[in-house]
Amino acid sequence: MAAAGGMRPDSSSASHRVWLLRVAFVVIALLAWEALSRSGVLFKDVVPSLAAIGRALANVLSTRDFYANLGVTAQEIGIAVVIGGVAGVAVGIMLGANRFLSQAFESLLLYLGPTPKIIFFPVMIMWFGVGTGSKIAMGVVSCFFPIAISTAAGMRQIDTVLIRVGRSFRASTWQMVKSIYLPAMREPIVTGLRLGLGVAIIGTLLAETKLSNRGLGYLVIQSYALFDMPKMYALLIVLFVLSIGVNAMIGRFSHAQRRALA
Amino acid sequence: MTATKAARSSGSTWTRSRGSTWLRSRTGARVVGIASSIAVIALVELLIIAGAINAFVVPKPTQILLAIPRIIAEENVLHRFWQTAQEVIWASLMLAVFGIALGSLLFRFVGLRLAFEAWVGALAAAPIVLMYPLFLVIFGRSTTTIVMIGFAAGLAPVILKTLDGLSGTRKVLIDVGRSFKLSRGQQFRKVLLPAALPAVFVGLKLGLIFAMINIVGVEFLINFGGLGQLINELAERYDLPGTYGAILFVILASVLFFAVLERIERWLRPVE
Repeated sequence: MAAAGGMRPDSSSASHRVWLLRVAFVVIALLAWEALSRSGVLFKDVVPSLAAIGRALANVLSTRDFYANLGVTAQEIGIAVVIGGVAGVAVGIMLGANRFLSQAFESLLLYLGPTPKIIFFPVMIMWFGVGTGSKIAMGVVSCFFPIAISTAAGMRQIDTVLIRVGRSFRASTWQMVKSIYLPAMREPIVTGLRLGLGVAIIGTLLAETKLSNRGLGYLVIQSYALFDMPKMYALLIVLFVLSIGVNAMIGRFSHAQRRALA
Repeated sequence: MTATKAARSSGSTWTRSRGSTWLRSRTGARVVGIASSIAVIALVELLIIAGAINAFVVPKPTQILLAIPRIIAEENVLHRFWQTAQEVIWASLMLAVFGIALGSLLFRFVGLRLAFEAWVGALAAAPIVLMYPLFLVIFGRSTTTIVMIGFAAGLAPVILKTLDGLSGTRKVLIDVGRSFKLSRGQQFRKVLLPAALPAVFVGLKLGLIFAMINIVGVEFLINFGGLGQLINELAERYDLPGTYGAILFVILASVLFFAVLERIERWLRPVE
């Protein structure tokens, strides 16, 4: 009891110190930025003052235009994750359940998975046009691979007893997928979706910066083209917060699932 | 007559079973995989010839294959390849120096580790490549921008895996170092770093993959540099077989790059 009591102030002072370090780092970084902005070392507009970025952030968040473009990007990413997710999970289950198929085709996935997907964008434009179709396709191509690879790996980790039980009950392929594979693979699928969502966001937004007239990627590249630096910084901050936030939310969901299953 | 039939039938059963065993083997599966890919490509060729697929959207696979020697000769592909390789080399050198140094710093100072390890983890998940307009503003449309984005994108895994490797050093090795009264620097150079090397290399491998992906991507996006720019230029010229051929070339180059990294990693992995 005494030991536990003795630990508390120690751990609380350690966590206090950690927060202090974090706050100090942020304050020093902001002060350095402001000093750089005022020093004139770099061209003034390249490093705008914190106040200018703050004003731009408030402006961005208060315009209807921003939310309309956010809606377009969110819709593209949502559709991409649904299509890429369904395709990735289906292919992952097929490759994970069948050793022959895995040996025949999985190396293709493993090699194509880490290639830079944005290079497929010209092809996507030719196939799906310059509108939202090509951006959705970029999102699909980006998120399909991590989801398929994670699902296939997850399939191979399923307890063989569960599979034998399913077979002994003469479950059909669909029943096996619905009652054995999918429930047992909740975690690898969530992990794959988390990775897939991250790369789908990147793929879709990069495609928007390359050729689009709608979406957050378009807003960023337009403010770069107009040299409206405070707005560009503000949009990048919003993009970062949204991307990391969504990733953290899925991470929390995954942890909660794991705890519930434990 | 019946005996001959029986012999024939048993012979064919034996051949069939040997065939099916071979088919089920790893080599057989790979052959089937390659054969199916070739069959799909041949089907696409036939569908384009039949007019079922628009030849102005998807060029014939034979045209793409024929375009590869043309783009190698006319578009200076080997020079562009070298340009991209140089960018990757610069980024990897920076990753090795700064990534390992920052990982070691977090290992050395527990307070820093507690404060910033989670942040570095968040940085690994952050879409850094989306900041390319910011890098363009700071460094201009230049090789520096491309190298810096590659570096920034690959930094987090190198730091995290270096930290993992150093933290996972077996206590007995550290105690041996202490018993020899090694100084802090000697302990790091002679005990900690060699023990952490396999993990550090896993981090470097991940960092290099991220750097390479982002470098080619940004080359394409800002239309500057090596292989990424080649794809953009060919697409803008509407040279369809050339564009597809260049994409194929980049995929092959990436696969080669990953295969080499994997070999080096296997070579560095300690024997268990």
